[in-house]
Amino acid sequence: MSELLEVRGLSVAYGAIEAVRDVSFTVHAGQIVSLIGSNGAGKTTILRTISGLLRPKAGEILFQGTPIHALPAHTVLGMGIAQCPEGRRLFARMTVEENLQLGAYVRRDDGIQADIDKVYDLFPVLGERRHNKAGLFSGGEQQMLAIGRALMCKPRLLMLDEPSMGLSPIMTQRIFDTVAELRDLGTTVLLVEQNALAALALSDQAYVIDLGRTTLHGTGHELLADSRVRAAYLGEEVA
Amino acid sequence: MAAYLEQLVNGLVLGSIIGLIALGYTMVYGVIQLINFAHGEVFMVGAYASLACYLWILPPDLAGTWYIALPAMILFGSLVAALLAIAMERFAYRPLRGAPRLAPLITALGVSVFLQEVVRLFFPDAKQAKPYPTPFIEGGITVHLGDGQFTIAYIRILLVVVAIGLAALLQLYISRSRMGRAMRAIANDPDTARLMGINPDRIIVWTFVIGAVLAGVAGVFYGGYQNTINTDMGFQNGIFAFTAAVLGGIGSIRGAVVGAMIIGVVKTIAGQLPFLGGTQYDYVWIFVVLIFMLVFRPQGFFGETERVRA
Ligand SMILES: Nc1ncnc2c1ncn2[C@@H]1O[C@H](COP(=O)(O)OP(=O)(O)OP(=O)(O)O)[C@@H](O)[C@H]1O
Ligand SMILES: [Mg+2]
Repeated sequence: MSELLEVRGLSVAYGAIEAVRDVSFTVHAGQIVSLIGSNGAGKTTILRTISGLLRPKAGEILFQGTPIHALPAHTVLGMGIAQCPEGRRLFARMTVEENLQLGAYVRRDDGIQADIDKVYDLFPVLGERRHNKAGLFSGGEQQMLAIGRALMCKPRLLMLDEPSMGLSPIMTQRIFDTVAELRDLGTTVLLVEQNALAALALSDQAYVIDLGRTTLHGTGHELLADSRVRAAYLGEEVA
Repeated sequence: MAAYLEQLVNGLVLGSIIGLIALGYTMVYGVIQLINFAHGEVFMVGAYASLACYLWILPPDLAGTWYIALPAMILFGSLVAALLAIAMERFAYRPLRGAPRLAPLITALGVSVFLQEVVRLFFPDAKQAKPYPTPFIEGGITVHLGDGQFTIAYIRILLVVVAIGLAALLQLYISRSRMGRAMRAIANDPDTARLMGINPDRIIVWTFVIGAVLAGVAGVFYGGYQNTINTDMGFQNGIFAFTAAVLGGIGSIRGAVVGAMIIGVVKTIAGQLPFLGGTQYDYVWIFVVLIFMLVFRPQGFFGETERVRA
């Protein structure tokens, strides 16, 4: 099993506020790895740092063995790390199709249109309304578009920041089914979720982030069975 | 009657110059919300560079042939303008990205003064009007109207066509091309644009370059139809162009052109009407129009819907 992404001793601060402290985790190729944790734990900060939007205060991030924590965001994407950011962040006044074309911005091959059509196959509602402005879609539809957009660069590693946020249970299930399909098709996924139950059930490996630190680590099923996880994130009484 | 029609045509000609400059203001503002007040000087430098090309680069026997001289001067003027814009973005504005808005504004003033002085190094008497050659086909079309008549020089017709054509091309470029999409993405949400793999520095420089090339083209036409240039031309026309961009809705390509045409026509028509004060007060009316616009529709004509920030 090869290590695709390795985060070692990562600390990130916003001015004096240290949001991430000495976090380490590993993402193996072909797996779904989740980071779970409560609000303000530092999950989004970790993903933004991996993408090159933030600079770490300490620690390193290796992608296929190469340090990437000092690289600009566009170079990181060019290496095959895509992020579907928290809150979707679509280009609201652009059409569905333009958003997908922007997802493929770094590509120069002639397979872009074919891949856009693949996204439409995956999410037919997007295809039917491809010339509508992205801002006019429902939350769930926007999430589909955000995922589709992140897939357009054919990433080796797809990072999803709370893809279930604001979605109905049915929609959440659809998104998670899609994530599992993507993994089966060979995309490695780093998933950040508040919805711990669904995320853990899907994950090969999972890490619990609490107050900026990694506190627990195991397979998805191990953590699902862990009493501390059940108490903290699944709302159960500690036995 | 013919006199007014002639002034209307003159207004559109002046509006075309202003419009070409205004496109640079509106593009840069649309992408990074920066008002590049030194942009007028890019226009001025473009004009002087094209003059330098005519005087010192073109062999005298070619300089008289308009279809060689004109493209050469436009090319050289735009090239110098573009290089200037690249340097300006890199050394004056980029270090200030993220700084409070006042900082780049003050920088722009500094850059303006600096550029005027640099031009004076090459053209020591540049405060005075400098004769500019007319590297264009002579003559024009004569319009008869009632008992009056007037002539529209070919250069003026060419200018209007070029200005509107370039604006249309630019609109198409922004709405259809990969680069245009990237510009709109940066305008919308710079961080997310970076997550798409867009290098903002490259897009921003390119935005400055496009504006500068258009300003360079404007510089050659301005010299060609005024027959003189001076180092104040950048400030004066820069203010008109900025006003045009605001009038049309800053960030909007169409708005810049429409705003510029309105300003050109208001200025020339007001200059023709004695009860508005004649040419001595023509500037006043431009700003009267601007004030009305700012009071009743502060976002300008196309401010809400059709901007680079689409
Ligand atoms: N731009 C910022 N400036 C200052 N502090 C910030 C900034 N962004 C986040 N923080 C702080 O950093 C900490 C971690 O935030 P982060 O967004 O990474 O958490 P998160 O785990 O993604 O939370 P959530 O599940 O609510 O999205 C929080 O305490 C937050 O207040
Ligand atoms: Mg978050």
